[in-house]
Amino acid sequence: MTISGKIARTVRDVAAYREFSLFIVLVVVSLIMTMVSDVFMNKANIEAILLGLSVEATIAVGMVILLISGGLDLSVGSTLAFTGVVCGLALTVLKLPAVISILLGLLAALGIGLINGLLVSKLKINPFIATLGMQITVRGLTLVLASGKAVLNLPASFTVVGQGRLFGVQYPIYIMLTLVIVGDLLMRNSRFFRQSYYIGGNEKAAGLSGIPVDLVKIFNYCLVALLAGIAGIMITARFGSSSLTVGTGVELRVITATIIGGASLSGGEGSVFGAFLGALFMGVLANALNLLGMDIYWQNLVTGLILIIAVVVDVLNERRKSRQK
Amino acid sequence: MEEVLRAENISKSFPGVLAVDNVSLSLGHGEILALVGENGAGKSTLTQILGGAQRPDSGRIILEGKTVSFNSPADAIRAGISMVFQELSLVGSLSVAENIFANRQPVGRLNNVQWKALYQEAQDFLSRFDLDLDPRILVKRLSMGQQQILEILKAISTHPKVLILDEPTSSLTENEIAYLFQNIRKLQEQGMSFIYITHKLSEIFQIASRVIVMRDGKYIASRNVSEVSENDLVSMMVGRQITNLYGAAVEKPLGAERLRVESLSRKGVFQDINFQLRAGEILGFAGLVGAGRTEVARAIFGIDRKDSGKIYLNGNEIQISKPEDAIKRRIAYLTEDRKGWGLFLGMTVRENLIAPSLKRFASRMDFLNQKLVNEYAEKQIEIYSIQTASILKKVLHLSGGNQQKCLVAMWMGIQPEVVIFDEPTRGVDVGARAEIYKTLREFANAGVGIILISSDLPELIGMCDRILVMHQGRIKGEVQRKDFSEELILSYAAGLEETQHA
Repeated sequence: MTISGKIARTVRDVAAYREFSLFIVLVVVSLIMTMVSDVFMNKANIEAILLGLSVEATIAVGMVILLISGGLDLSVGSTLAFTGVVCGLALTVLKLPAVISILLGLLAALGIGLINGLLVSKLKINPFIATLGMQITVRGLTLVLASGKAVLNLPASFTVVGQGRLFGVQYPIYIMLTLVIVGDLLMRNSRFFRQSYYIGGNEKAAGLSGIPVDLVKIFNYCLVALLAGIAGIMITARFGSSSLTVGTGVELRVITATIIGGASLSGGEGSVFGAFLGALFMGVLANALNLLGMDIYWQNLVTGLILIIAVVVDVLNERRKSRQK
Repeated sequence: MEEVLRAENISKSFPGVLAVDNVSLSLGHGEILALVGENGAGKSTLTQILGGAQRPDSGRIILEGKTVSFNSPADAIRAGISMVFQELSLVGSLSVAENIFANRQPVGRLNNVQWKALYQEAQDFLSRFDLDLDPRILVKRLSMGQQQILEILKAISTHPKVLILDEPTSSLTENEIAYLFQNIRKLQEQGMSFIYITHKLSEIFQIASRVIVMRDGKYIASRNVSEVSENDLVSMMVGRQITNLYGAAVEKPLGAERLRVESLSRKGVFQDINFQLRAGEILGFAGLVGAGRTEVARAIFGIDRKDSGKIYLNGNEIQISKPEDAIKRRIAYLTEDRKGWGLFLGMTVRENLIAPSLKRFASRMDFLNQKLVNEYAEKQIEIYSIQTASILKKVLHLSGGNQQKCLVAMWMGIQPEVVIFDEPTRGVDVGARAEIYKTLREFANAGVGIILISSDLPELIGMCDRILVMHQGRIKGEVQRKDFSEELILSYAAGLEETQHA
């Protein structure tokens, strides 16, 4: 093969990565927006975009790992609200310190993840059904626990988690970015985390290869629940109150972001960085449409189309490759 | 006898193989014709062509004097040829009656199913076959044997002129077989004709009047059952020369005991399995499909549980309850189901190669060392001559032979002391086969103990030092290299106690 042929091939290989094409699309959208809007590249606007997607992106880190291992979690929205309420009640009713209350909330989230993981791996219940059941159950539990009323007037020692700033940027943005970077590094390099690719790629072969399939699955359900819990803490702290309806529908937005970012519902594919770009793309798109003065309704229409286009491109790519062989 | 079906000069090739090579046959009205041959002889392909599931490349099918051509099994059924496949086509969550009359239920004016009439018709149909079965019962509540009988009855309910049965007794009990044969004879008297494929040679003498032998896709002989013996059939089925595909066996003293299995049993699957495997030995496992060879291997490797029995490695008893335990002890199992259980098809060659040995490449922080991984992957594709553009190509896009080499390279990476190869050359072309055989010999010469499960007798005879033959979950015979003959192995595999060779 000639050198130019090699380069062309390398370019094509890189271009085939979803992260790359998504990044290019993001750059193009941003350039256009910079030209047509004075506000878009403002620090305040960028911060608003990032803050707006911090909940989705945080959960997406766990969700994409779970999807890669062939799992699915529809209960993350309920877990998010549940964590906020547990934490809020610990602060107001039990008068516990902020750190303890946060830990308590995250522990509650972990518990939900553990139940999901056990239902799916040990009892072999379909993840869609198991976590749909948990979605409804946990939302109900949240309402019962809070007697149907939001927990208000949370102390400043707690709300600082969501409202405090470092170098003028709000904490949730740091938390989200840290989780994305660490998650991506682990999924690329850590032996333990990479086992998820094998399980999602072929669960039976993974078992035969000595990979502890059940353990990894349970871990992944716990991880996504924990991240949903962290998102719950962030949003509760930001609002200063534990809402009972917060997080409704967040699971589908998160799954959409991961799929746009290259993950597949049948497992084995995707990356944390891709999922983040997917979430970022949805955030930028919403912001752009807003700045352009378009109706909020357009946002759903465009996001839906993008999701379908992303999946169609995947299918066509795969067909082209199998013809090449 | 009046002729009902004639096939003339049927040929069919798949990429790389000529599955059916210019075969003709004729079936009389009310005749039961047995079709025998080794695995891969072309019986199934031939009958699939007759039953409309495959289209022939050339040749004619003549049914009751008229040339016919089928595009689908539905075409064949309409013309009067029904086929019962080994895989069941029943729907477990529907009733017996709905299964028998699938898509032919009696309906009312609004296309509504008339349940009363449906159950009544099913009841009448079942009682014609003296079958005491409630037509309302769900099929999933039936035993495997009952389901297989129901599958056959479903085919009969379309009133075929010719019924093709492919290994119909594989999951039936003795009583169920007797019941099936009784009903086949009854239908034969009413003029139905049968083509009967079986590996159990004894059944041919109970039920068939004529037998056709196939080998390597070719028609070998047709005999009246009264004029042949089982041993004649076996000779006709094998009778082929062994080439040097398998490489020369190196005369070497075998080493110390590597693996010993004592009274390994799993209820209803295999019983009382005892054997010893020495360093450098290639031990063959022969037997028919379903004799329990794969199941024994899976139990040794910790995939399936075992009810009792002990396993010793290098003289020490070991406990294996999951594949991880076996891998830690450096026991490798290369599955027969390459795509289903073996490889990660959607993942790259590199990731496949390291799958069973991930821990080897992880640092103390549990991070994979990408440099080591890449070097290792490059080295493996070179050693095992895996033809791929790069280590980053998806395994999905490799040829069957290269996929198999990938599986071999993957497991050799754990540096095994014992390797179980389960049908390592199924669906693999001759070139890649020779390379796999070479690898097998190299490992044996390096002191690895090798178990080779295969349905390909020439392969076992060409490769092994010793062959154990399984029949219905038990080891029926042990054959030393000097006594190897296909006849002897086949007669053990068919469950015959005594043979003239023994």
